[in-house]
Amino acid sequence: MATVMIDLKRLGDVKAPAGFAERVLAQAGMADSYAVFDTVLGPVYVAWNRLGVSAAMRSKSSAEFESWFRKDVGRQLVRVDPPADLAAKIEDQLEGRRRLRFDLRGLTSFSQAVLSKTLEIPRGQVRPYGWIAREIGHPAAVRAVGTALANNPIPYFIPCHRVIRSDGVIGNYGGGGPEAKKNILTLEGVQLKRLQQLARAGFRYEGVRSTKVFCFPTCYHGRAAKEQNIVQFHSEQEAYSAGYRPCKHCRPAVVA
Amino acid sequence: MEGTERVFERLVHEHQHRVYALSLALTGNSHDAEDVAQDTFLRAYRALATYPPDRIRELKQKAWLHRIAVNVVRNRVRGVRPSLVELNGSEPSLSSGPEDDVMRKAEIDELAARVACLPARYREAVVLRHVQDLSYAEVAEALGQPVGTVKANVHRGLKILRGENHGDGDD
Repeated sequence: MATVMIDLKRLGDVKAPAGFAERVLAQAGMADSYAVFDTVLGPVYVAWNRLGVSAAMRSKSSAEFESWFRKDVGRQLVRVDPPADLAAKIEDQLEGRRRLRFDLRGLTSFSQAVLSKTLEIPRGQVRPYGWIAREIGHPAAVRAVGTALANNPIPYFIPCHRVIRSDGVIGNYGGGGPEAKKNILTLEGVQLKRLQQLARAGFRYEGVRSTKVFCFPTCYHGRAAKEQNIVQFHSEQEAYSAGYRPCKHCRPAVVA
Repeated sequence: MEGTERVFERLVHEHQHRVYALSLALTGNSHDAEDVAQDTFLRAYRALATYPPDRIRELKQKAWLHRIAVNVVRNRVRGVRPSLVELNGSEPSLSSGPEDDVMRKAEIDELAARVACLPARYREAVVLRHVQDLSYAEVAEALGQPVGTVKANVHRGLKILRGENHGDGDD
């Protein structure tokens, strides 16, 4: 007779499976999930939650990624088997075919503005730090933009590598140093050699004679122009006085 | 906000095994159990976010979570009967060998499945009283029923479970 009671008691001693608490916290948005993905850039640790991708890093180990995440982002982290479609989504994101959602909570509103603006830079193009500063309404905060990008928790996904110094120096890169930055830009189709030649000669903009529009050298618009129709400018003043107006797509200067 | 998250984190760590065991006993299989247990905590989380601090402080967490879990199961399985397949399948085995752990898991699963076959009102009462070891008063509070009803339902539920034990040739 008593066996039923004993059996029922034993049923009450069952323990929750491993990782259960973390999965619950992850679902409540209090912990993020992560996994390693093989990407065009090699293995990348990616963390996400219900709001979107929250961090990415080319860490050496899970332990390194976890400790960085807990310190920098300040939430719990749990390793999971990724949803079936996430790997494909990540590949699409890195190849510029689609845009994922990102969770930038925890960053200052300034950093959020910088990173959101950075997302607008098309693949294969680059912008100077000053451009971000001006576009987000803080034209003097060029250095602060540099800091915000250096602390980008989601490099590669939020393309901080597409922001370079206006003198053509590639600048440092949190995602693996200047070399990694050059490699990624080359992978995306930026002609770095040409870009740096122009920068070394002091040219910041290129215009097209027929349209009288000037752009950043990597802007897609104007690339179809013939070589002999392209003119270079050192500054926006020079372009303005030659009768050119800024491109509406890459916005090298405030449209007057 | 910060306060709620702290409370919730502690709630999860403190009650995860209890809520999971409850979900397993109520659903009868480990897959549904994880779903129900997760759902229970998520509902608790959403509710906590709307509670004033006083209410959170005075909350009887154990009874409250039990009540949520029971409701989650009620909403989920409404109309869906647990399968009866496992009832007359394996017989309880007392042998212990190298596969002890596997055996124990199988036994637990079988027992959970048997409990899951009880009619819902008996099952809830039996599970809360004898699996979760709540007092009759706590069970009554968690189920929102009078103590007398709970006692009767526990009694009837146990009777069904015992009857089936004999039927399986336990002795």
